[in-house]
Amino acid sequence: MNDVPAVEITGLVKSYGRTRAVRGLSMRASRGQVTAVLGPNGAGKTTTVEICEGYLRPDEGTVRVLGLDPQRDGRALRSRVGVMPQSGGIPSMARASDYLKVMASFYASPLDPAKLMDRLGLTESARTAYRRLSGGQQQRLSLAAAIIGRPELVFLDEPTAGLDPQARHATWDLITGLRASGTTIILTTHYLEEAERLADYVAIVDQGRLVAEGTTAELTGSHGQLRFAADPALDTAGLLAALPPDSVTKESPAGHYLIELPGGVDPQVIATVTAWCAEQGVLARNLRFDGKTLEDVFLELTGRDLRS
Amino acid sequence: MTDWPAPAPGAAPLPKMIAAQAGLELKILFRNGEQLLLTLIIPMLLLVVFSSESLISVGRGARIGFIAPGILALAVLSTSFTSLAIGTAFERRYGVLKRLGATPLSRAGLIAAKAALVLAVEAGQVVLIVAVSLLLGWHPVVSVTSVFSALAVLIAGSAAFCGLAMLLAGTIRAEAVLAAANLAYLVLLGIGGVLFPLAKFPPAARPVLLALPSGAMSDGLRAVLRYGAGVPGKDLLVLAAWAVVAIGLAARTFRWD
Repeated sequence: MNDVPAVEITGLVKSYGRTRAVRGLSMRASRGQVTAVLGPNGAGKTTTVEICEGYLRPDEGTVRVLGLDPQRDGRALRSRVGVMPQSGGIPSMARASDYLKVMASFYASPLDPAKLMDRLGLTESARTAYRRLSGGQQQRLSLAAAIIGRPELVFLDEPTAGLDPQARHATWDLITGLRASGTTIILTTHYLEEAERLADYVAIVDQGRLVAEGTTAELTGSHGQLRFAADPALDTAGLLAALPPDSVTKESPAGHYLIELPGGVDPQVIATVTAWCAEQGVLARNLRFDGKTLEDVFLELTGRDLRS
Repeated sequence: MTDWPAPAPGAAPLPKMIAAQAGLELKILFRNGEQLLLTLIIPMLLLVVFSSESLISVGRGARIGFIAPGILALAVLSTSFTSLAIGTAFERRYGVLKRLGATPLSRAGLIAAKAALVLAVEAGQVVLIVAVSLLLGWHPVVSVTSVFSALAVLIAGSAAFCGLAMLLAGTIRAEAVLAAANLAYLVLLGIGGVLFPLAKFPPAARPVLLALPSGAMSDGLRAVLRYGAGVPGKDLLVLAAWAVVAIGLAARTFRWD
């Protein structure tokens, strides 16, 4: 039964009046993984997730969550799937601990609300009404409510939107921990760093369609860059001759060298560079290599134009 | 943030979910000053003030004998209608109902929780109003028929007002519900037979006022508790009709988000 993907979407279409939010989207998310659905605002991410959660009925196409139909089998899915909406959904007058206790009482073997609050740094706000919590505390309470029932699959819709760096890192740690415990996570985000750090698999969505999918490594491809700092004005012709064909070296600014490697960075390339430095009698400082970032791929696929 | 427990999904038994949800809503109610004002303080104030001062002429018999049944009807109006409509409308507006839709608590379970909450609050209101009225010298007619008839009127009236509250809360904007529900409270306080005898209104208006749920409630309660009349069939029928129509319409039109 674990062969059944966590989410399988085929040819999904959904319109609101004349606006076509999702236009023939197909994707799948494997169990036990973090899948990031990445896309600019208005790409159709939330609509897709809300169809998976059973809130919206698809116009066309099929959606299967844990092998079930969210419309027909909603009842069976609700105890197995945790949902964190993009915002709100918590009574403004409810105290944080009261709300979490009620959410816990909906499930057969929930996490202990007090311990969960402690792990999320909410203990001091336990008796505070939701509307008086800071934005970060509200997001963490919302996340806690989504996972308190120990679901096998969690949908997180922009879980770190508007969080400060500390709260964002705390949330990332939590997601990593959940994944390690065997929970499948689907998260939508428009933070590329978030997808790059957390996701086993990335689906890039734009204008209601899937435009690319794969692991971060697959998406960023093999294109590599190697940088180091050394004495200025070295003659790199000899180095270039020893590197794979089509490699390019640049010095900019003085003393900072960049080598572009269309074939990617491999151990042999690094050995070649360090051997050359040793021959020249120079010390390469800050030697590091980067691939193309997910941000590069994302902007290539979705364009650099600002959208209203 | 390591060693999270492995997933262990599963729903709790329905009665446990309903009790927990109703408990949370009760806590929220008690922490909400405006709601307490509406459900407890205003009815109590009116009960004490209007039973002791001759502000209005209420016909023969002890003043409290007229006022107490009216205040019981007002208590049901405040809890089943105004408070429920406003609370539910804002829950809808803030996505609370939508989010509950993703939990194992079913819609029927949520409605059961709200019904339990309304009944619990009204039981408290009735006990308090009856106790204070007795202290103010109320001598209601007490018999098996009168007690059961009064309870039947309270429950049928509550059902009718709950249906109307959900009809309002599920279809229009929360701010509009807030205004409409408070306005209806004030209007029905005036023309619902709560404080002013319906006999004082023009004869042509009376049948209309008696066909409104608040008029039918106060009329039925007075008939049995003040005059010891038998089962108030006509009033019960009016309330049942309101309940069926309002709940039916609410069920068809309610929007959860």
